[in-house]
Amino acid sequence: MASLTKASRRDFLKIAGSSVGGLVIGFSWFSCDSPKMEVVSTAEILANAKSFNSYLSISPTGDVVIYSPNPELGQNIKTSFPMVVAEELEADWTKVRVIQANLDTEKYDRQLTGGSGAMPHSWERLRKAGATAKFVLVAAAAKTWNVDASEITVEKGVISHKGSGKSGHFGEFVAEASTMTAPEEVVLKDKKDFKIIGTPVKNVDTKEMYTGKPLYGLDFYREGMLHAMIQRAPFGMKIKAVDDAAARSVAGISDVVTFGTSVAVVGTSTWPLMKAKKLLRIEYEPDGAVESTADHDRIFADLMVNGKADVKRNNGNFDAAFKGAAQVVTAEYQCPFVAHSPMEPENFFAHVQGDRVELIGPTQTPDRARQDTATLLGIPPENITVEITRLGGGFGRRLRADYVVEAVEVSRAVNAPVKVTWSREDELTGGAYRPAVRYRFEAGLDASGNMVAYKLRGVGMNAGNCTRENNFPSGAVENVLIESIEHKSTITTNAWRAPITNFLAYAEQSFLDEVALAAGKDPVQFRLDLLQKAKTSPVGEELGYDVDRMIGVVKAAADKSNWGKNPDVKQGFSVYFSHRTYVAQVADIAMEGGSPVLKRVTAVTDCGMVVNPIGANHQVRGGIVDGMGHAMYGNLTFENGVPKQKNFDSYRLIRMKEVPEIDTHFLDSGFDPTGLGEPALPPTGGAIANAIFAATGRRLRSQPFIEQKEFSDIKLEIKRG
Amino acid sequence: MPNYNLKINGKSHAVDVQDDTPLLWVLRDHLGLVGTKFSCGIAQCGACTVHINGTATFSCVLPVSSVGKSEVVTIEGLSEDGDHPVQKAWAEVDVAQCGYCQAGQIMTAAAFLEENPKPSMDEIDNAMNRNICRCGTYHKIREAVALAAKSI
Repeated sequence: MASLTKASRRDFLKIAGSSVGGLVIGFSWFSCDSPKMEVVSTAEILANAKSFNSYLSISPTGDVVIYSPNPELGQNIKTSFPMVVAEELEADWTKVRVIQANLDTEKYDRQLTGGSGAMPHSWERLRKAGATAKFVLVAAAAKTWNVDASEITVEKGVISHKGSGKSGHFGEFVAEASTMTAPEEVVLKDKKDFKIIGTPVKNVDTKEMYTGKPLYGLDFYREGMLHAMIQRAPFGMKIKAVDDAAARSVAGISDVVTFGTSVAVVGTSTWPLMKAKKLLRIEYEPDGAVESTADHDRIFADLMVNGKADVKRNNGNFDAAFKGAAQVVTAEYQCPFVAHSPMEPENFFAHVQGDRVELIGPTQTPDRARQDTATLLGIPPENITVEITRLGGGFGRRLRADYVVEAVEVSRAVNAPVKVTWSREDELTGGAYRPAVRYRFEAGLDASGNMVAYKLRGVGMNAGNCTRENNFPSGAVENVLIESIEHKSTITTNAWRAPITNFLAYAEQSFLDEVALAAGKDPVQFRLDLLQKAKTSPVGEELGYDVDRMIGVVKAAADKSNWGKNPDVKQGFSVYFSHRTYVAQVADIAMEGGSPVLKRVTAVTDCGMVVNPIGANHQVRGGIVDGMGHAMYGNLTFENGVPKQKNFDSYRLIRMKEVPEIDTHFLDSGFDPTGLGEPALPPTGGAIANAIFAATGRRLRSQPFIEQKEFSDIKLEIKRG
Repeated sequence: MPNYNLKINGKSHAVDVQDDTPLLWVLRDHLGLVGTKFSCGIAQCGACTVHINGTATFSCVLPVSSVGKSEVVTIEGLSEDGDHPVQKAWAEVDVAQCGYCQAGQIMTAAAFLEENPKPSMDEIDNAMNRNICRCGTYHKIREAVALAAKSI
């Protein structure tokens, strides 16, 4: 069934024809129910490039330009958004050009990259935009040919009328379309008629990326621009004194500027900055707790026992049920701080001129960059422009605007356009990490091996709520107690791809494996039994997850991985719901010559409809590689407020030879698409830990795995195939 | 007077820089060749890979003073129009996510296939292990190198 959506005439589209010749259709991205359209002439838009960016435009030659508002950091939104518009427009994809829009809060809503939320947020809006444009083009053709619009068909940018044999491309009707009245209702396509959505469409920036074109923030240069690098204080410290004489003596250094707890060296190119920065002599003094990893261990141990917890969920009576249980299982899990480590280090260009600021660079939250800049300078946000470059990865790091504001500080101080570049050492020591956490789980089983009591008590370092109290297995257990405790550390943290769930899922799914084995049940059947309970007699308040969809991926993953069918392959199971998407994973370890060999991860994902199979596969594989890499190797430890690991020689990232085969499968559940940038990551650590247990009997309750004594002698190999 | 005359992508480039300046920063800051990427600065990740006389080299730790008369090729000079077999394979396989490391990956792969045009999958894994991709596109990199090998 094609769906019909209503919008009031007042709110709807206005079309501007123009002397310049193009049809320009403005649509607001704000409201899903009533997409506000506005009148803007092509000439006006062309005269002011910055206001050009919320538009779908069609030239007289039939070329279609679609502006992509959300920052692109590898999640492929710059390709998948226009696919949705082009689908409803019935455009010829080969004639679609995609342009990254600048920040424009007047025209775009939720212009950020985070939370895997762009596609679910914009899906309906994008479809309506395309459908509306198609409607007026068809109306124009009908008028031109004097035929009934209902007899007209559109395919690949060509409008045809079978009865009269007439046809023409979009461009031929843009002039007439510009005189049309907007529709009150627009008919969206039936999903079964999709021709672009659901097909493998290649990345729109392919050629530029593979020929070295300047796409990224760090690639931005402007004549007369200065460069800067910044020495930041250890966590919990402030500056007591700065001796910059040696740094200033380096050829190519024009200035040294101190602000807050930072000292910036400024010059005409990057290399002298790197040398000068090492020559800074900065004396620091404590300005709060100066913490080391040993302190964190003590704090965790203390708060786990004595900390006053925030009770997030309390169903039944956990204590009584646990006390009366036939069998109990308890375990503690922990995860360290890790950095985001995007391959492109943080950087930003800023040019402060009086009360106006120009910002250019890689950001996941351009509006936050602008707001924070406005606050710093005490100027109106509208005086600040933000141009969004392609991002060389983000993983949550670029949700913060600290590195943007720094560039503004330096530009203001030296009264010149400045690009601040972070070194890798700056990135690893500069804060905004994934928080360290520790979890204690307690489960009680009845005489039949049913889990009747479940408790999670989490302690996090600047983690906020480190639990997800309405997620599985909540709802499936009669007596549940979920508690969260936060320690306010001086070490700064930030959202890190799949915040909280990126370590909680590992801990929980590994613990549930322990419980299943204690209950003498198969880990998959154990989960299905719990889910059946959640389905038939759910416990407590509303659940955050759809039980049927979770059952769907559990069953499909067991099926696709031949769960339990090959005695020579030891398997670990994990399933997690996050960011509206369900992912189940199975890790396979084969024993070869007595050694465990991690060969494969099978993943089944329910993200609703898959918009672009290439992008979807990328995100699932990439999420698994990321989840595995950090579970295996990622670790930041601290000494007196400074990380000990300062670059990729001591802070290990996963490499080519360390990834197993990954099989990806997608369930067509009939739902609208949800995001995929994050949800494949959380289940991976648990799947691998559970497979390692199945193969070796070693339970890995801490990350990174390679640093655990349980892991040290098992000689895990990783091979594809 | 420019103190170095570098042969880059078949052309001569005069630059006036300190002797210890890494080739990476000469390319990026002084010659506007920004396709070669900065990421770790200590020869660990491969984002800065260029060809020096055909050999894949980390330009972030190569002082300009040691380049001499060597032929330097960067991603911008790998082919006329992005049509080197490795670039074509990368496009065909649609390797990239964020794309930032991919110029370095392509340069490593191109030099490797020059030396070993018919590699095994294990040899591909070994050769590409020197380049980090934080997005985790390793499966596609491997597939693209194998595809490129077929057309070289």
